[in-house]
Amino acid sequence: MSRTALGVLALSLLFVGSLFVGATPLSPMDVTTPEARALIWDSRLPRAFAVVLTGASLAIAGQIMQLIARNRFVEPMTAGTGQSAMLGLLVVSVCLPAASVGLKMALSAFAALIGSIGFFAITRRLPPEEPLLVPLVGIVYGGVIGSAAVYIGFQLDMLQYIDIWLTGEFSGTMRGRYELLWIAGLAAVLSYLVADQFSILGLGETVSLNLGLNYRQVVLSGLVVISVVTGLTVVTVGAIPFIGLVVPNLVSRLVGDNLRRSLPLTAMAGAGLVLASDIFARLVVHPFEVPVATVIGIIGAAVFLWMLYGRAQHVS
Amino acid sequence: MIEVQNLSHDIHGAPILRDISVTVPKGGVTALVGPNGAGKSTLLSLMARLIPRQQGRITVDELVVGESDDKDLARRLAILPQTVHAASRLTVRDLVGFGRYPYHRGRPTPDDRAMVEDGMRLFDLLPLAERSLDTLSGGQRQRAFVAMTYVQDTDYLLLDEPLNNLDLAASRALMARLRDLADNKDRTVIIVLHDINFATAYADRVLVMKEGRLCADGAPQDVITETLIQSVFETDAPLRTVEGRPVVMV
Amino acid sequence: MYRNRLLLLTLALLACALAYLFTGVKGSLEFALMFRGKKLAALLLIGAAQAVAAVMFQTISGNRILTPAIMGFDALYVLILTAAVVALGAPAYQQLDPGLLMLTNATLMCAAAVMLFGLLLRKGQGDLMRMLLTGVVLAVMLRSITGLLQRVIDPSEYAVVQAASFARFSRAETDLLGVSALLCCGALGLAWRMRHRLDVLALGPVASTSLGEPPLRGQRRALLLISVLVAVSTALVGPVAFFGLLVSALTYLVLPTYRHAILLPGSALISGVILVGGQWALERVFAFTTPLSVVVEFLGGVVFLLLLMKGLKR
Repeated sequence: MSRTALGVLALSLLFVGSLFVGATPLSPMDVTTPEARALIWDSRLPRAFAVVLTGASLAIAGQIMQLIARNRFVEPMTAGTGQSAMLGLLVVSVCLPAASVGLKMALSAFAALIGSIGFFAITRRLPPEEPLLVPLVGIVYGGVIGSAAVYIGFQLDMLQYIDIWLTGEFSGTMRGRYELLWIAGLAAVLSYLVADQFSILGLGETVSLNLGLNYRQVVLSGLVVISVVTGLTVVTVGAIPFIGLVVPNLVSRLVGDNLRRSLPLTAMAGAGLVLASDIFARLVVHPFEVPVATVIGIIGAAVFLWMLYGRAQHVS
Repeated sequence: MIEVQNLSHDIHGAPILRDISVTVPKGGVTALVGPNGAGKSTLLSLMARLIPRQQGRITVDELVVGESDDKDLARRLAILPQTVHAASRLTVRDLVGFGRYPYHRGRPTPDDRAMVEDGMRLFDLLPLAERSLDTLSGGQRQRAFVAMTYVQDTDYLLLDEPLNNLDLAASRALMARLRDLADNKDRTVIIVLHDINFATAYADRVLVMKEGRLCADGAPQDVITETLIQSVFETDAPLRTVEGRPVVMV
Repeated sequence: MYRNRLLLLTLALLACALAYLFTGVKGSLEFALMFRGKKLAALLLIGAAQAVAAVMFQTISGNRILTPAIMGFDALYVLILTAAVVALGAPAYQQLDPGLLMLTNATLMCAAAVMLFGLLLRKGQGDLMRMLLTGVVLAVMLRSITGLLQRVIDPSEYAVVQAASFARFSRAETDLLGVSALLCCGALGLAWRMRHRLDVLALGPVASTSLGEPPLRGQRRALLLISVLVAVSTALVGPVAFFGLLVSALTYLVLPTYRHAILLPGSALISGVILVGGQWALERVFAFTTPLSVVVEFLGGVVFLLLLMKGLKR
């Protein structure tokens, strides 16, 4: 069986399984009762969709960010994009408290875009022979923007919101409150259409120009995808670390760096990882739950460390 | 005398050195040559306790590497590693001064300072004494590190491919100086070299390594032959004898 | 020349301390001095601990951008604290003597840090990128495990832990001052005794081996001291991510030398000036309510980025 088919199968199993995990007990036998249907329709199914959309689009955003930065160790949530989205959201909530959710999201994504452009403006000036500087600068840059947000939050007594945006979780997801995530999914799908151009970006500006690519335009469109995905995720579920980092790295080890081939797998693996983590988050202190960001912080970190050390032994 | 007995070494399961036994007597210049991956640097690093020993035994005079006190070994044997990079804020004088650390442990005496000045004079570093390392050229920095190793005043000097960043003139000058240390100051020099012609020109003895084994050992004119070049380096470069010593035609 | 700068820094710190103690006293001077004196002592301890820990860590890891905080030392401390609360239960935990608790936590912290970061330094030798990423990822992981534990315990226990998870310079835990001062001064004294060895360790593992200073032993000793210092600072105010970075960067700027005999006291002085001066300015001049930690984080990050960009242009 091909990898793709296997992935689809595993993902479907996780998806269906996730419908029957939660505070209210629900077994597959009961699905015919109206209460069960309402539960699935209003809460479980939206949650499963939200999880899949978030996981897939964050993984793709991470992949694109890594290609633009030409560095395998950056991702939106740790390089200022997530923090910018948060800061933007905070400013909008303060200045335009009456704004609609859609407007808040748009402005938050816009802030994320500005933040990412700022990040790349800095990293472009870093020497290419020092790849470690890029993630480091990203972390500090994100920390600066984050502390600006904390400052505002502290002044206006809005720290608890920041806490919510900082740790992503799906417990509040239900019908009518997650649908904007489909836009993030759409952005991720659109990026598949220009996958070849993103792949070429990963070879650098000179090669891109040589191949007749409009470098700036492709970079900008990549940044727009990253920002939309990050902004929407922060607004609806909060920040989730590591997905954008771990998933693309693992997938690229499996199938290489040709996006046209790897992007679907990246999306599936991202969705699967977040789904599995979310199921675990619901089970570990049942009937309560743990934020999925916390679970992924542990799992993602463990996987990442394994990637760094487990594999390197064979290479050298 | 450095004695290596039955030394074997693995890195991640891959054998790098296989049962090497060799003795380097006091005095003279000994060159380690061989193709890439032969284990030359590993052998040198093991002698200098830069990597922990796995199997076998190495002694430097009466000191056992890995068991004797580090301070004693540091006064007996110094190594110049392949890649040198250090805190760039150091001046040349600071760096060379560290060569005396095994003796004064942070409190230099006037004697120590005099030796540092002496070392800088010997390696023409006095004009650069107050320059910081990151403003120097690769060759100048290399010279500063060699001077530091010299000032350490050890009987044994181990150098791992010191000619890597040097042009022809600097390479010849460095080799001539090492030759001088061996001839006139009673130092023992063990040096990893890539260019066989440098080895035949300056060394008293060559140790040829391939795939973790020692495959030839002796005076350059006896050891370096066309057959050896073919079997060890797997290339058929012709060999000529010029003024009594073998020269590989590249 | 560095001696003069150290003298100037000492004077600046004295001025800040006096200003902090004596300006804007309302009511009883005696009471104010008592109260402020304790806070001042706490600030000075934290400052010295953070600064010396950062400089030492940068020396043994051979770079100028990693700090114990970035590598997750304080996250490790908070995790140990949380684990202790979970294991003992909050009521039992709170009945124990805080000084004794802190000693125990600091000991556990030393053991864990030497195991974890010792391994890291050994494995990551010469591969800074891998070490850096490991540290950053490890920090996230430790924080996440802490978060998980905090979710598992009940809210009353959570409050006990929470006090240690957020940095508040203005609300330093002054009850722990005695034990902290003891631990901190001991560690600082030992660090001072290591100053010449640190000079050699800064040359890198090969050169320091060749000079008879085995890097592993030096690293382990430094890690122990760093753990104690971070434990003290974290117990007093909670984690402060970029403060150590800010201080060490400023130290290298003000005192461009490799000698730890200058760097260690210099960094402690600079850090004291920033903390005491900053706290004084925030409390008395601007009457701000924002915690200094937030401002320091922000400034620390900005200074770091500026330094980096400036350094690269050169």
